Amino acid sequence: MGANLFNNYGEAVEMLLFVIGFGNLMLQSNLIKKIIGLNIMDTAVYLFLAEKGYISGRIAPIVIDGIQDVETYINPVPSGLVLTGIVVSVSVSALMLSLTIRLYQRYHTLDLDEISLRLKKEGL
Amino acid sequence: MSVELEFVQNFPCFSIMFCMFAGIISSAFKEKVARILNIAVLTINIILSAAVFVFTVNAGKAYVYVMGRFPAPWGNELRIGILETGLALFFCVIMLLSLLGGRHKLMQEVEEGKQGLYYVLSDLMLSSLLALLYTNDLFTAYVFVEINTISACGLIMIRQNGRTIEAAVRYMIMSLLGSGLFLVGICMLYDLTGHLLMSNIKIEIAHMVAEGSYRPPLLVTIAIMSVGLAIKSALFPFHAWLPDAYGYSTVSSAAILSSLVSKGYIFLMFKIIYRVIGFDVFHDSKIVNILFIFALMGMVFGSLSAIKENDVRRMIAFSSVAQVGYIYMGVGMGTHAGMVAAVFHVISHVATKSLLFIAAIGLTDVSGGSRKFIELTGSGYRNKCAGAAFSVGSLSMVGVPMFSGFISKLLFSQAAVQNTVKMLPILIVLGISTILNAVYFMKTVIRIYTPVNNREYSTVTWRDNKVYAAVLFCFVVLNILLGVCSQPIVDLIESGLMMFA
Repeated sequence: MGANLFNNYGEAVEMLLFVIGFGNLMLQSNLIKKIIGLNIMDTAVYLFLAEKGYISGRIAPIVIDGIQDVETYINPVPSGLVLTGIVVSVSVSALMLSLTIRLYQRYHTLDLDEISLRLKKEGL
Repeated sequence: MSVELEFVQNFPCFSIMFCMFAGIISSAFKEKVARILNIAVLTINIILSAAVFVFTVNAGKAYVYVMGRFPAPWGNELRIGILETGLALFFCVIMLLSLLGGRHKLMQEVEEGKQGLYYVLSDLMLSSLLALLYTNDLFTAYVFVEINTISACGLIMIRQNGRTIEAAVRYMIMSLLGSGLFLVGICMLYDLTGHLLMSNIKIEIAHMVAEGSYRPPLLVTIAIMSVGLAIKSALFPFHAWLPDAYGYSTVSSAAILSSLVSKGYIFLMFKIIYRVIGFDVFHDSKIVNILFIFALMGMVFGSLSAIKENDVRRMIAFSSVAQVGYIYMGVGMGTHAGMVAAVFHVISHVATKSLLFIAAIGLTDVSGGSRKFIELTGSGYRNKCAGAAFSVGSLSMVGVPMFSGFISKLLFSQAAVQNTVKMLPILIVLGISTILNAVYFMKTVIRIYTPVNNREYSTVTWRDNKVYAAVLFCFVVLNILLGVCSQPIVDLIESGLMMFA
């Protein structure tokens, strides 16, 4: 168990990052910190994917010197997934930030709990 | 590919594309064009889905649609069976009805000039729902889950006040936690199996289970994906975002979100159980038991929260928590009969919950716009259509024979009797939950039919808003139809689940 953890230290670090991001997104009450948590969480997943696609000693799958042997290149699929994932997380972060701006304009605070408290008082 | 496709078999792909392009195109046009385009796309989709549905029922088996004709392990696929097409047809119909029924409120509640965007969002929402129903590729499913989340967030916050923006933020946060977990699950599955297509993953997992290798990672993966989707579909302990999101958004959004969006994720869950992990592997992993416990708690606590609520829209929203609990209880039974009951309850809940939201708005409109129970007194006399429709929805939710809710409760209890271990808790909680349902729904029905002598509120008849009355009528007919001729539908669900795997 311990040896496995040490051998796969990359994955262990990524999962740790994921948990940090997840915790921040869930527990922070400051909206900007939440969004930072979201980005850490997503990046951890992309790091995980990139690590899974990499095969040590091989090069990026771009044919330049005519070598068509599969053994030369790394697995390109995870890289494609990472690209797709980045697009998704960029758009989601943009949406979250725009919502944050709206809330800030209205309530002049970034604290989500305080906003909820004020909404309760307004009793809308 | 040497297999020749019939023209009908292209329709699922067409319908996804139609919705997506309609959304993109209508963002450039004025509101009226967007509205007409939206109705046209929905109508076309109903026709296309109906055609494919008839085709799959006649063919008696599911077929695979290869996108771009790249063969199996590399290309992207759609997989189309009875269940997928049937639900697509049903979802399109409900979406059309919800949009038509909430149109007059949309005009009042959303700023001038932004109403066009609503139709853009709902087109995108429909395309992502259809893609979630049809796709056979896990990563495509993830991308469309995110599109679904973004458009759902837009649907919540299009009515601009502090409440809805806060609700949208909370909804986004919970959804992102859910989809983050789901994404990790997909990556780990890809790591374990080397595939992204659902059918291929299942073959690899069957190998792994037979060999007994990689047991802990597989268990963790199943757990992570289940919890991710449970968060997104608002299973009990993860439901905190739900009442605000459903309670304060404009009524079409509430109807669409509660009836369709959460069901899209639940359907993805069914898909993962049957087509990715495999029913037996999923069942043996004991994750079902955790879902089962959450479901039972949701059925009780969702209803208790609904009883305490003093706002009719939020009450209906809390009732959704209980109903999602029912669906997950069917999943948690770990039997095929339980799954059939769960799918039927998905359909029944879709039909009933959208009816309740749309009907409730008619009642609050004739009570000075207030949603407090005290103001609703006697509103069933002031708007007779909405009152009758709300009563039908309530009776269906409580489980009175003749309406769809009765059939799903019947199916759940029949499935429970077959499962010796879980029978007692299921039957007890089902009983308690039914009584609690009856308490808050019947309380509301009695309230709206209590005569009151104040003349300050106006009276509305069906002639004042014919579209609204027609929509309510369609919903009521749908509900009674589901309750009266349930047997053919149950048979279809059974054969659909058979060809699902």
